[in-house]
Amino acid sequence: MDTAMLETRGLSCSFGSNLVIADVNFTLRPGERRALIGPNGAGKTTFINLLTGRLRPWSGNVLLNGVDITDLDEARRIRLGIGRTFQITSLFPRMTVRENVFLAVAECEGIAGNLLRSVLSYGRQVARVDELLHRVSLSDVGHVPAQLLPYGRQRLLEIAIALALRPKVLLLDEPAAGIPTAESHIILDILATLPNEIAVLLIDHDMDLVFRFAQQISVLVQGSILVEGAPSDIAADQRVREVYLGDNKHGRPAAA
Amino acid sequence: MKIVTASPIPNLVAPFTIIEVLKLLPWLAAAALPLVLPGYEPLATQVFVMILFALSLDLLVGYAGIVTLGHAGLFGVGGYTAGILSVHGFTDPIFTALCAMVLAAVAGLAFGVAILRTKGLTLLMLTMASAFLLYEIANKATSLTGGEDGLQGVSFAPVLGLFEFDFRGKTAFFYTLVVLFFVFVFVRAMIHSPFGWSLRGIRENDARMVAIGCPIMRRRLIVYVISAALAGLAGALQAQSTQFVALYSLSFELSGNILIMLILGGSGRLYGAFVGVPVFMFAQDLLAKQDPANWFLGQGIVLIVMVTLAPGGILGVAERTIDAIKQRRKA
Repeated sequence: MDTAMLETRGLSCSFGSNLVIADVNFTLRPGERRALIGPNGAGKTTFINLLTGRLRPWSGNVLLNGVDITDLDEARRIRLGIGRTFQITSLFPRMTVRENVFLAVAECEGIAGNLLRSVLSYGRQVARVDELLHRVSLSDVGHVPAQLLPYGRQRLLEIAIALALRPKVLLLDEPAAGIPTAESHIILDILATLPNEIAVLLIDHDMDLVFRFAQQISVLVQGSILVEGAPSDIAADQRVREVYLGDNKHGRPAAA
Repeated sequence: MKIVTASPIPNLVAPFTIIEVLKLLPWLAAAALPLVLPGYEPLATQVFVMILFALSLDLLVGYAGIVTLGHAGLFGVGGYTAGILSVHGFTDPIFTALCAMVLAAVAGLAFGVAILRTKGLTLLMLTMASAFLLYEIANKATSLTGGEDGLQGVSFAPVLGLFEFDFRGKTAFFYTLVVLFFVFVFVRAMIHSPFGWSLRGIRENDARMVAIGCPIMRRRLIVYVISAALAGLAGALQAQSTQFVALYSLSFELSGNILIMLILGGSGRLYGAFVGVPVFMFAQDLLAKQDPANWFLGQGIVLIVMVTLAPGGILGVAERTIDAIKQRRKA
């Protein structure tokens, strides 16, 4: 299949007079495993926020499956199949882990507006919650309020919530941040269990994770795509080496 | 050895604990009241009405995270609807109560659409403004509402055509108690439904709810309308049990008091209303007797102590105490 799952055309966004995303044309195909890398402040999270509708572009369009979704609000885009995780963990802190995931399952399956039937009577959805928790190895802490989890496990809960939405496109904003390097393979294991047709865009500074995960890598520098290509090409690209290893003209080396 | 199969849905709802049993006590105590304390039915009826009102407020404050200082506006709409209907010959209690709910819901919808897009202090100010607006309308429309004198000539037919509102207030007592019970069952079902959970999600982290696809404005509007209808019902019960509607029922003072009652009992706990209202009304009675001129001072001091030393209200303190005892036993 050659049609784009998610596409941006001439996407630009500015904060004040500061152009953060500059005329980005980007394409993500079904089933693609893509990483987006770039120095701090390159606009990676802003780009994700433009894709999900959290931010509105200054110009340009976002297309999902060929349909222009630029004017749709965030909640509607999510319902159409764009799932995401947050760089800074964003959970329901005083609700339990299971409750956190149930909220997402309920929204995804269209039962969240139901008024009178007890949550307990939704056996199928509850079973899905348990299945998702199992997938991210959180089954043992289902009853624990999210805020009491160690940070690394909160990151996994963040992923479970995103997966609960049955996304067609999954945008992962530094999922491994805060997870000890030795355990970042957990993220890879989870991503490996995703259905093939889901397109995944991963942002991370853990180059080991990025290179093991990605089939394609896009490098974002100062709001523009500098180069795109296979991991081996990216690793060998002189411009990328400059940005990451060079004299820091464009920003700090990001692999902290 | 007994084999325990894992339930497919463990942990979703708290296990049946001592505190769950304790929560049933107010119901039993209430129903037995006419036997234990004859003559207190009218006061108890007022307590039930306020509990119902506080329960409607808890849906907003405790579950949806919408703090309002104008909830009396909706209570008053219900009270005046029932009262004015009865003055014009529509005296069936249940019919007028339903009308009161509908009108309060419509008012809630109108205000909700206008104000729920805002958050925090702005929202708080707008809830106040909405109630002031209704207060002034009632104050000026004297031909309809009686203005400052209150609505005179309110009287209602027997409940279900059978139970006449009697001088001692027994009918009103059981009528309000039964209505309160049904409302409680409804609210309880609602907070344990996916809708109720999504409200908690919105209160906890509304930005995240949007990012899982939740139409949060619609959810908040729905709960606002439901809460308005229940507040209107409480207002109607007030009008029916006292045969009078005063401007106080729309006042800022009532909006503030009901919020204090809820916080005192503990918001977001379903039973907070059942604890906070009686305690508040008893304390008010006691303090007013001690010092009729300055009892607000006492009320203020109690509130400051509660908010600073006991967040979560009386029920919050009870929960923490029980938790502490459990921890000690475990150790």
